[in-house]
Amino acid sequence: MADTEAQPSRSRDLDKLLLRPGNLVGANFDPGEELRDDLAKSAKVLVVGAGGLGCELLKDLALSGFQNLEVIDMDRIEVTNLNRQFLFRFEDVGKPKAEVAAKRVMERVSGVNIKPHYGRIEDKEIDFYSDFIIIALGLDSIEARSYINAVACSFLEYDCDDNAREETIKPMVDGGTEGFKGHARVILPGVTPCFECTIWLFPPQVKFPLCTLAETPRTAAHCIEYAHLIKWDEVHSGKAFDPDDPEHMKWVYNEAVKRAELFGIPGVTYSLTQGVVKNIIPAIASTNAIISAACALETLKLASGCSKTLSNYLTYNGAEGLHTKVTEFVRDKDCLVCGPGVLIELETSITLQKFIGLLEEHPKLLLSKASVTHQGNNLYMQAPPVLEEMTRSNLSLPLFDLMGKTTKTTLHVTGTTSKNDKKTSVLRKLRVVFKGVDGVTDMDTAGGA
Amino acid sequence: MAEPKIKYDRQLRIWGEQGQAALEKASICLLNCGPTGSETLKNLVLGGVGSITVIDGSKVDAGDLGNNFMVDESSVGQSKAKCVCAFLQELNDAVKAKFIEEYPESLIETNPSFFSQFTLVVATQLGEDSMLKLDRICREANVMLIFARSYGLTGFVRISVKEHTVVESKPDHFLDDLRLNNPWPELRRFAESIDLDVQDTVAHKHTPYVVILVKMADKWAKSHGGSLPSTREEKKEFKDLLKASMVAADEDNYREAIEASFKVFAPRGISSDLQQILNDNRAEVDSNSSDFWVMVAALKEFIANEGSGEAPLEGSIPDMTSSTELYVNLQNIFQAKAEADCLVIEQRVRYILKKIGKDPNSISKTTVKSFCRNARKLRVCRYRSIEDEFNSPILPELQKYLTDEDYSVAVGFYILLRAVDRFAANYNSFPGQFHGGMDEDISRLKTTAVGLLSDLGCNGSTLTEDLINEMCRFGASQLHAVAAFIGGIASQEVIKLITRQFVPMSGTFIFNGIDHKSQLLCL
Ligand SMILES: [Zn+2]
Repeated sequence: MADTEAQPSRSRDLDKLLLRPGNLVGANFDPGEELRDDLAKSAKVLVVGAGGLGCELLKDLALSGFQNLEVIDMDRIEVTNLNRQFLFRFEDVGKPKAEVAAKRVMERVSGVNIKPHYGRIEDKEIDFYSDFIIIALGLDSIEARSYINAVACSFLEYDCDDNAREETIKPMVDGGTEGFKGHARVILPGVTPCFECTIWLFPPQVKFPLCTLAETPRTAAHCIEYAHLIKWDEVHSGKAFDPDDPEHMKWVYNEAVKRAELFGIPGVTYSLTQGVVKNIIPAIASTNAIISAACALETLKLASGCSKTLSNYLTYNGAEGLHTKVTEFVRDKDCLVCGPGVLIELETSITLQKFIGLLEEHPKLLLSKASVTHQGNNLYMQAPPVLEEMTRSNLSLPLFDLMGKTTKTTLHVTGTTSKNDKKTSVLRKLRVVFKGVDGVTDMDTAGGA
Repeated sequence: MAEPKIKYDRQLRIWGEQGQAALEKASICLLNCGPTGSETLKNLVLGGVGSITVIDGSKVDAGDLGNNFMVDESSVGQSKAKCVCAFLQELNDAVKAKFIEEYPESLIETNPSFFSQFTLVVATQLGEDSMLKLDRICREANVMLIFARSYGLTGFVRISVKEHTVVESKPDHFLDDLRLNNPWPELRRFAESIDLDVQDTVAHKHTPYVVILVKMADKWAKSHGGSLPSTREEKKEFKDLLKASMVAADEDNYREAIEASFKVFAPRGISSDLQQILNDNRAEVDSNSSDFWVMVAALKEFIANEGSGEAPLEGSIPDMTSSTELYVNLQNIFQAKAEADCLVIEQRVRYILKKIGKDPNSISKTTVKSFCRNARKLRVCRYRSIEDEFNSPILPELQKYLTDEDYSVAVGFYILLRAVDRFAANYNSFPGQFHGGMDEDISRLKTTAVGLLSDLGCNGSTLTEDLINEMCRFGASQLHAVAAFIGGIASQEVIKLITRQFVPMSGTFIFNGIDHKSQLLCL
């Protein structure tokens, strides 16, 4: 014990992993102080969501050597968050989650800088997301996951052999919980399955048939959904139901009670009414902590190479005993999101307006109200109005000319599509090839079709 | 005040008012408040446990700032227990939080009776010697105990309780209790009262599948000498008969009946898991028996007598295609039977209590009711003492793990986590804890591990060089993310133990932070 390190530093424990060589490590692991300093100074990580998982993720990452973090969340703090979102206090109720979470972590972990973004993920420019080495997802909605996944995959480029180009891979780490269960996964677009490749892991929620609600209610939930989905519209013509308005919720509850009494059905409570109407997913601190910790650890490993990484999907179930399982899912080779992109062949004469119309009809896309960007240039934007006006004149011009007469290029389009009767915003990558121009042969287009 | 209830809404939906009340009554003691212990308590304080007592003798140093969120720069030089306790209190003022600045090892040594005041002790980062002693103390005092430790990219969680019984085990997938293979007279009569040959197509497609199956099973039994379908051909024939009874293609109730027909084919009587509990020695009750075992004794009598081989009816039915009226009637029939069964068990419970010299009313009606509703799902968990596991692990299991590829890393970590304590006892530091001397530590750790394996009866077994190297590289570090994971698991198990809901883990959970292929080892 010659060297007792009388003055331990903040990175005492992390240094063991980052400064020492190892055998079970990532391929490009280069241990040393430089690695530690790079992680602290230049590795920027985005945390999406500042809820149950997001709060934990920010803390875990701040204590895993990362000093440049950003967090985005559109929600404000509610009382029901306080049993697990440990960065929030009672007096914070009503404030934006991202701002309070960032402030609290910075107060406690010196040297860490966290930039909060209070707003919707869809409202950020795509470029905003390209700035981060890793995106960590702490979300509870499938739509939001899908969106970020598409954004991260949009950066991906393929070489001529259809292999993902490593420098364009934007890794994601994703977590999710429900009660005593959860999952953590690592997504390396183009290498491991993206969120969309394995979308079947998240089956859509089953809804009650309307005729059951209207004619043969049997359970308390049927009575609640009758009041919520049928009776409300009958009575309040045109006024939208607001699940966050306690008066609205009480009205639905009272109507559900009346209906349950009429049919002799037990079990309608106010708590159940809220649960059914808002589709509340039970959530506790411990599961969030476990899943976020796994995600943060994978983020550290991806960024530093200090150990192997999870390949590629971890499930945790703590309800009956304790079960953890790693599954190696495979990519969907035909995935529209992480694949090389939908190939579209065009005449050089087609106008941008016509092209946008074509996207609506394309069987693989069915994309309406599309905005189009080419290598960071906005060719046409549906919103905001200022941008719409600025780009409107492009609509009548040939697309070929707008893209600098490149015969073969990649475009990004955003718009809405219908999925399970629900409109969702999507981002798609398209590979556009112009016919009848020099340099394009049949050989070029055959490969990726 | 409604506020606390709203705050806990998302967890009340999991463990209910009763589970919450149990948490709020519990007093938890934490030994060592490094990141592993602090993170464990954080999750429990947020959930609203009654009280916490943090025990740690160390002062906060700069190294702690890098892995423990509960301390900050202003804490350096101060008692770690005090700083962690203050932060935890900030998270939830409903929790009574206190701290004692003392090393757990010395408390275990000098004041063993101290621990008897707690519901549960969470012991983190303890060495083998202290673990053994504390386990003895807590078992003696009937205090629940959980060990947790994080070490580099590995760590473990181990519950140590003599016996833990669960009524509300809340399994995810459990066959509902419809008795389609053994309907009681009222259910049979109800089914008989419904005519399936009616011309009314609306009525036909709104007859619940329970009625359809009871009638069809009855018809089958009459033409098959009283027995139900058992061979593959018979089962197919039964389903074909159901299909043939449909009058339109869109009859969801018949589709549900065909899907649920396996419930008719299921064997009658209770599961082997429940039989094992009934056969347990503890079901022979005396004045020392717990309420759980008194109720098991009553259950055993019920099954042998009134139940004719079946457990009390659960009483609830799943949603199914049906007219409201038939569904509600069916629900009432199930509920009435469940209540009747429960009443019989209650009488038997009161009688047994009297017989063993206890107050016949010492078990409430609500408790008996919940027991009856969950009778098919009872669970009894027992944990070997740490001493037994350390000195005489279950050898066939250990040998199986050592040769099974899926377990090799986890069991390697298990051996190494114990070997580092031996190492520390011999060399006054953990392998790789300090700068330099790595090669020597690696070879010393290897020798120690091989010696340990041979002491455990696994002569000739070895661990991979890679894993031994990694263990030395870890150098007893506590990484925050690993500590948060281990602490998360520990707090999850604490909640299950205290609420007496869900099923706690068995064996020792070994965390594998390299590729997440963690395992439970039952030694
Ligand atoms: Zn994909």
